[in-house]
Amino acid sequence: MSDETAGGGAGSRAADGADVPATPSPLDRTTLEVVAVREGMFGVHGTGDTSGYGGLTRPVAMPGASAKPYGGWFDDVAVKLEEVPDAIEKVVVDHGEVTFFIRRAALVATAQHLRDDPALRFELCSGVSGVHFPHEEGRELHAVYHLLSMTHNRRIRLEVTAPDADPHVPSVVSVYPTADWHERETYDMFGLVFDGHPALTRILMPDDWNGHPQRKDYPLGGIPVEYKGGTTAPPETRRSYS
Amino acid sequence: MTTTDPYAGTTDSPTGPVFTVTGQDWDTIDSSAVEGDRIVINMGPQHPSTHGVLRLVLEIDGETVTDARPGIGYLHTGIEKNMEFRTWTQGVTFCTRMDYVAPFSNEAAYVAAVEKLLDIEVPERAQAIRVLMLELNRISSHLVCIATGGMEIGALTVMTCGFRDRELILDLFELISGLRMNHAYFRPGGVAQDLPYGAVEKIRETLSLLKKRLPEYAALCNANPIFKGRLKGIGHLDLAGCLALGLTGPVLRATGYDWDLRKKQPYWGYDTYDFDVVTWDEPDAYGRFRVRLEEMWESLRIVEQAVDRLAESQGDPVMVADPKIAWPSQLSVGGDGQGNSVEHIKHIMGESMEALIHHFKIVTEGFRVPPGQSYASIEAPRGEISCHAVSDGGNRPYRVHFRDPSFVNLQGTSIMSEGSMISDVIVAIASIDPVMGGVDR
Repeated sequence: MSDETAGGGAGSRAADGADVPATPSPLDRTTLEVVAVREGMFGVHGTGDTSGYGGLTRPVAMPGASAKPYGGWFDDVAVKLEEVPDAIEKVVVDHGEVTFFIRRAALVATAQHLRDDPALRFELCSGVSGVHFPHEEGRELHAVYHLLSMTHNRRIRLEVTAPDADPHVPSVVSVYPTADWHERETYDMFGLVFDGHPALTRILMPDDWNGHPQRKDYPLGGIPVEYKGGTTAPPETRRSYS
Repeated sequence: MTTTDPYAGTTDSPTGPVFTVTGQDWDTIDSSAVEGDRIVINMGPQHPSTHGVLRLVLEIDGETVTDARPGIGYLHTGIEKNMEFRTWTQGVTFCTRMDYVAPFSNEAAYVAAVEKLLDIEVPERAQAIRVLMLELNRISSHLVCIATGGMEIGALTVMTCGFRDRELILDLFELISGLRMNHAYFRPGGVAQDLPYGAVEKIRETLSLLKKRLPEYAALCNANPIFKGRLKGIGHLDLAGCLALGLTGPVLRATGYDWDLRKKQPYWGYDTYDFDVVTWDEPDAYGRFRVRLEEMWESLRIVEQAVDRLAESQGDPVMVADPKIAWPSQLSVGGDGQGNSVEHIKHIMGESMEALIHHFKIVTEGFRVPPGQSYASIEAPRGEISCHAVSDGGNRPYRVHFRDPSFVNLQGTSIMSEGSMISDVIVAIASIDPVMGGVDR
C-alpha cells in the first residue's frame, strides 16, 4: 500500500446516529507494521510466471501504533487503562475503531478493570476471535477480544499475542463468563491455550481431532471435482492472485 | 449390565457401572445394581425439538433436570476457513449459509465490516433495500421461531400458520434476490441487483396480507391458558445473567432493557426510520414470545417506510460508483436464463476491449482491501451478529470471524433449564431460538 496515511476512519456509519458519541479521528498515523512480504502477482513462484511481475515484492503491513492523542473518548479509555500497571503494549486507532494491545500477563487485570470501573464499564464481552500471523515471529497467535460498553455505548478491542512455541493466554472467563465458549472455539481453531478456563475442550471439531483448522499452516483440503470432462482443482491448489 | 461403555469416547474412562440402553430395553437393567436413580440422557443430536443438530447431555433426577450441557459442532462446515480462499465478494455466498433462517443478517454483518475496511459508504437506495430485506427477514425469522416453538409444545396450528406466512416473505425474497434462501444478495459496495419491475407493488400486497394474518398469532396464543401454562416462568434469565453470559436480542429485551443496535448504534439510516424498541418485563419464554410478536409489527412499520423510499428513489444506483469495487454489470433475465445484461455483453464484446479486461479482472481477481481489521455489528433477529474482518491487503479475507448470536445465546441453556422439568428444557431452548447453522458455522 503506497498511501500510508489513508484510512483515517472519520465518519463511520455507526457513529452518525443520534445519541452515539462522535467517532474520534486520529491526528496522524505512524508507520505501518510489516507482517509479511508478498512476492509476484499471480501466485506463481519460480518458473512459470511470464507476466513480468515475478520479481515484484511488496511488504504486507498492518496499521502501526497510533500516537497520542487518539481522539475523543479513546483518550479517556486509554488514560483509565493506564491505571493497570504494565498493561498496554501499544494502541492502534484505525477506521474509527481502537485496538489496545495488552501484554498477556496483564489481560485479566485489564478486563476486570474495564468491566468494573464506572468510567469504563465494558459490561459485555461481545466475542473472542483468534488470528494467526505465521510471519510475525514471536507473536504468531493473536487473541482478539471485542468489548462493548452498553452504559457509554462504546466498543473497543483488546488484542493479546502469544508465540507459537508458548501458546498460552490467561482466560477471562472469571470476568466475562460469556467468553467460555468463545475461548473454547479459539482453542479449537488455533490451539491457543487459555490458562484458567474451567473446561478447555474442543467445541466445534470432534474431541479426538488432530490439529487446529483455522491456523494458516492447516490446509483447506478438498478434492478435484470433475464435471463433463473438465476438472476443477480444489480451491487451495488453484492459481490465485497473491 | 456392562462395565465398559461401547459408546464412550476414546478419552472417557468410566469408573462406575455403565448401562447402555437404546430404547425399549429398560427392563434389561437389574434395578438392584443401580445406586440411586441418577440418569444421564442424551437428547439429540437428532431430535425434532432441538432446532437442528443440537446435543443435550441431561442429568436427571426423576423428571427434573439437575445438569444440562449442550454439545455443539455437528453442523460445523468451516465457513470461516473457506472464506479465506475466496474473494471478498464471493465471501457473501459462504456466510449467507451460516444462520440460514436469517441469511441477510449474516451478509449484512460481513459487508458492513468489509465496507468499513474499504472506507466506503453505499448509496442510499442500496441502504434502503438492505433495511427492507433485513426487516422482512426479521419477520420471517420470528415466524419460524414462533412456529417451531409452538410445534414443540404441541401447538401444531401455530406451526402451520407460521410457515404459511413465512412462505409469503420467501416469495418476496425470491422475487428480489432470485433465491428463497442463501441469497448472497448484499455485496460489499451495495446489493447485487436493483429491485425488479413490480416489486414495490408486490411487497405492498404482501404487507397488507401480513397485517391481516399477524393478529392470528396473538389471538391463538397470547391468552391461551395452555400456551401460557407451558411458557410462563420457564427459562427465566434476568438482565445480570444475560449480560454475564452475553445474551442479546429478544432474550435481553424481555428483561426490560431496550438494547437494540438499530437504535443505539444505527447503521444504514436506521435512525431515520420511525419505529419503537419492544421490551417486556417478564424475562421468561413467554416474555420472549411477546417481544418477538411485537417486533414483527415494528418491522412491518420499517418495511412500509422503506418501500415508500424505494418507490421514490427508483432508478438511483444500488452500488458504489467506484468501478474498482462495483461489479461491472447488472444481471438480467434473458431467453436462456439469468445472466449479464445484453447491453453489457454488447459493450464488452463489441465496443471496448478495456471494458472486457476490466470485467475479467474484477470478476476473477476482485478488489483489494487495505490492510487492517474492523468489527461490524448488526441487530439480527436473534441478537447481535458481528463480523471481525482482517485484511492483509489481498483480494481475499485474511481472516473473518463471526460472532453469531445463536452461538452465544445457547450458553444460556444450562442456567435456563437446570432445576426444571425435561419438557421445559425444550421450551427454554425454543425461547432462545438457536439456529445450528449459525452456532456451528
